[in-house]
Amino acid sequence: MTAEFMQPDLMPALPEMVMLAMTCLVLVVDLFLPQEKRGFTLLLSIATLALAIAAVIAVAPVTAVSSFGGSFVLDQLAVVLKIATCGVTILVFVYSRDYLADNDMYKGEYYVLGLFATLGMMIMISAHSFLLIYLGLELLSLALYAMIAFNRNSPSASEAAMKYFVLGAMASGLLLYGISIFYGITGTLDLNQLSAAVNSQLSQHPIALGFALTFIVVGLCFKLGAVPFHMWLPDVYQGAPTSVTLFIGTAPKIAGFAMAIRLLVDGLGDLQVDWSQMLTVLAIASMALGNIIAIAQTNFKRMLAYSTISHVGFILLGLLSTTANGYASAMFYTITYTLTAAVAFGVLLVLNRKGCEAENIGDLSGLNDSNPWYAALLAIAMFSMAGVPPTVGFYAKLTVLQAVIQVDLLGLAVVAVLFSVIGLFYYLRVIKVMYFDKPAAEQTTTIKEALDVKVLLSANSLSLILLGVFPSSLMAYCILAFS
Amino acid sequence: MYADWPLLSLVVWTPIFGGILVLLAGDKEPSGARKIALVVSIVTFLLTLPLYSQFNTETHLMQFVERQDWIAAFNIEYYLGIDGISMPLILLTSFTTVIVVISAWDVIQYRASQYFAAFLIMEGFMIGTFSALDSILFYIFFEAMLIPMFLVIGIWGGVNRIYATLKFFLYTFIGSVLMLVALIYMYTQSGSFAIFDFHHLKLNLTEQVLIFLAFLVAFAVKVPMWPVHTWLPDAHVEAPTGGSVILAAIMLKIGGYGFLRFSLPITPDASAELDWLIITMSLTAVVYIGFVALVQRDMKKLIAYSSIAHMGFVTLGFFIVFRIMNSGYGDQGAALALEGGMVQMVSHGFISGAMFLCVGVMYDRMHSRQIADYGGVANTMPVFAAFMVFFAMANAGLPGTSGFVGEFMVILASFKASFWIAFLAALTLILGAAYTLWMIKRVIFGEVANDNVAALSDINKREFLFLALLALAVLGLGLWPDPLVEVMHPTIDNLLNHIANPKI
Repeated sequence: MTAEFMQPDLMPALPEMVMLAMTCLVLVVDLFLPQEKRGFTLLLSIATLALAIAAVIAVAPVTAVSSFGGSFVLDQLAVVLKIATCGVTILVFVYSRDYLADNDMYKGEYYVLGLFATLGMMIMISAHSFLLIYLGLELLSLALYAMIAFNRNSPSASEAAMKYFVLGAMASGLLLYGISIFYGITGTLDLNQLSAAVNSQLSQHPIALGFALTFIVVGLCFKLGAVPFHMWLPDVYQGAPTSVTLFIGTAPKIAGFAMAIRLLVDGLGDLQVDWSQMLTVLAIASMALGNIIAIAQTNFKRMLAYSTISHVGFILLGLLSTTANGYASAMFYTITYTLTAAVAFGVLLVLNRKGCEAENIGDLSGLNDSNPWYAALLAIAMFSMAGVPPTVGFYAKLTVLQAVIQVDLLGLAVVAVLFSVIGLFYYLRVIKVMYFDKPAAEQTTTIKEALDVKVLLSANSLSLILLGVFPSSLMAYCILAFS
Repeated sequence: MYADWPLLSLVVWTPIFGGILVLLAGDKEPSGARKIALVVSIVTFLLTLPLYSQFNTETHLMQFVERQDWIAAFNIEYYLGIDGISMPLILLTSFTTVIVVISAWDVIQYRASQYFAAFLIMEGFMIGTFSALDSILFYIFFEAMLIPMFLVIGIWGGVNRIYATLKFFLYTFIGSVLMLVALIYMYTQSGSFAIFDFHHLKLNLTEQVLIFLAFLVAFAVKVPMWPVHTWLPDAHVEAPTGGSVILAAIMLKIGGYGFLRFSLPITPDASAELDWLIITMSLTAVVYIGFVALVQRDMKKLIAYSSIAHMGFVTLGFFIVFRIMNSGYGDQGAALALEGGMVQMVSHGFISGAMFLCVGVMYDRMHSRQIADYGGVANTMPVFAAFMVFFAMANAGLPGTSGFVGEFMVILASFKASFWIAFLAALTLILGAAYTLWMIKRVIFGEVANDNVAALSDINKREFLFLALLALAVLGLGLWPDPLVEVMHPTIDNLLNHIANPKI
């Protein structure tokens, strides 16, 4: 048998290739730019992301296509998630510009790293073999480690980066261990073949498969930040520069969701009874711990970290119902959550100014007096996170609950809504501080903000209401991705 | 001429967009925001009038129906319509909002545009709640109205406002999330979120009891019923006058409306099974809370407790119907009880609103709500005293005022169920008179108590206007309640037919 080299179809990977080429271009061009022309790097980075979105739309297939010997797929799910990832990253780049400039971090490397991270996420989203998933994940993680430590004069940032690196490496190790056991049993890394092999081997090696699955779930939940694998999240959120927190808190959630779908649903669908039980425990623990500990936080970034943990619990709730409806609802939840988190951190970034780092909840006091517009934008985000209609957060919770109740997990739904009542308290506290408290004397200066940031942030925040009132179109894409 | 107009949508969205307009107008021009607010509230009120004049009193079917697909994936519709029980409440809402705007005219100086906008947006949400026939649409309006109220109490409230407003929001939210679970459960059974599909959905007794309890938590908190009433006195005391008025006059009614629209028709068997629970809670509210009201020192707190007692009548009237039907008096008596409850809701809307406005008028002058700080107000504010005494009489249930009609109908109906229930309910006539009139005696009558009271000036034209409007409404409904009863009659009859048939 002669091995024949097959030229893979490169078209499905066009967006990734555009991304890679452009990122290298940004890296080189930035070398020759003086500091005052740094804006060009930003512009080029945004153009890169916009081009990537255009490429995704251009190559979007009607039915799923795969390439590179089946290890790379481009389906409806990948199209929607890639557009969302690139779109959110554009928001991140625009929101963080002034913050970076004020804190001596306005450098080309920031954008290059961000773009590489985005490339890693896009690969994770399309990956359909263990190997590619791992490569994408590591590309993302390595870029993030460097971004967190970007402000090298800040001890807390270095600490956060260290912590993230050590725990992230451990999580990768666990994931790899799980993958190696699966490889040992099935002899394949490709998710389609894996799925078939697991099906046939299930009766022979139930314990080994369950063992391997456990490691995969643990690795996955480390990356998502589900309890009890959440330890890194609050420290990293708090320690990292706010612009990086904004990035970590948004786009990688989408990639993490894609990874969960690829691994658990596409690859290990036959073990769904097992992983759905594991996720049940993790989801309840995440919602409980996230919501309760968030109440005690005074640091806004740390509070949002715990809030993220509780939202991850809700996303897992959608996954564990193991129906197409449930996956679609989890997808809707993930995308809209990243939009909401972008507003919350975005407003925080705008409030951050040279010399006065706004990161405690108390720093927001009297925002309605000094800046009613930003107070309103943040209030919308808080109500959306709490799931109060007419914001999109309500609709996202509704779809997840609907999926859970559909499979007769009524008790789980009641637990979920009760924890979201607890969650409501700390979101309301932020609104209370902004609207009911009087501003501290030195904070009365109004914010001088760039017009583009204001427009984009406003559109971002108002979209939370718009999507809450008209969720149909986005929901239709999510349902299509799993039909 | 109105036949083709999407009248209900207009009534819902005019105040919401008007509110946004007021918000945009801002506070740079002090009178600009409130003028727009007044115009918007009056336009909305005028728009609700055809709902009454064009209303067909012959049918129990939904009228002014608008139905459109909204979220196709879950079969959620934009589905509006009104019948005899929602129409009077919508009119009450639009009327009260006009009063609130007038009453806040130059009292509110701090961020006036946000204040008026909050009330207009809230009006839209409340009308939406009353006219929504899709349960998710209902839920969205139901929850969304908490946001403006939360801000109103928190920004313009009294000293302890933050505690009060957080308690208000959390209490109502915890009640409603369980209702959401119940709604989704029924959706998975019926494949639709339309309320009428729920009405005809077959449910076994266990399901019904659980759903009934979920609704009970949601609506009992809203009404509020004893023992989940504790948020109300706090919220009322701390809220600005307008907030108290809306809270008492309309928000509490949403709980009562929910019982009629959801609990009774969706879970009739569970309601019959558990009616003892509601009756006990209602009678406790009437008697025990009546005594609690007696010992209050703060006028707003006293009226708040009196609201709880009066709302006890409403829930009593709604849930005593099963006993009346079983006792052999037939539907006649049951209809009397339901209609009595409805009349009581509308009447309480006028009276409690008026009482809170009266306290507001005094508070604006004296900055105190303590009964002990007053005395002999009649000497310095004779016109005002006349109004306040009139509303107090109505609150105590004096015949000829609207307060009498509802209470009388419910007590009369209760006699057909059980003498002792009627006896306990009738105690309110004594207790209500006691706590209201005692307060009047201490505040209005007697010698002028101190220099502050001596310096009071009587009400101005604006204050006269809104008190007179409310007095007319109270008197009109008291002397001639027929138009109101007639409107709701076919709906109530249909509801009774529906709940008389077991669903299991």
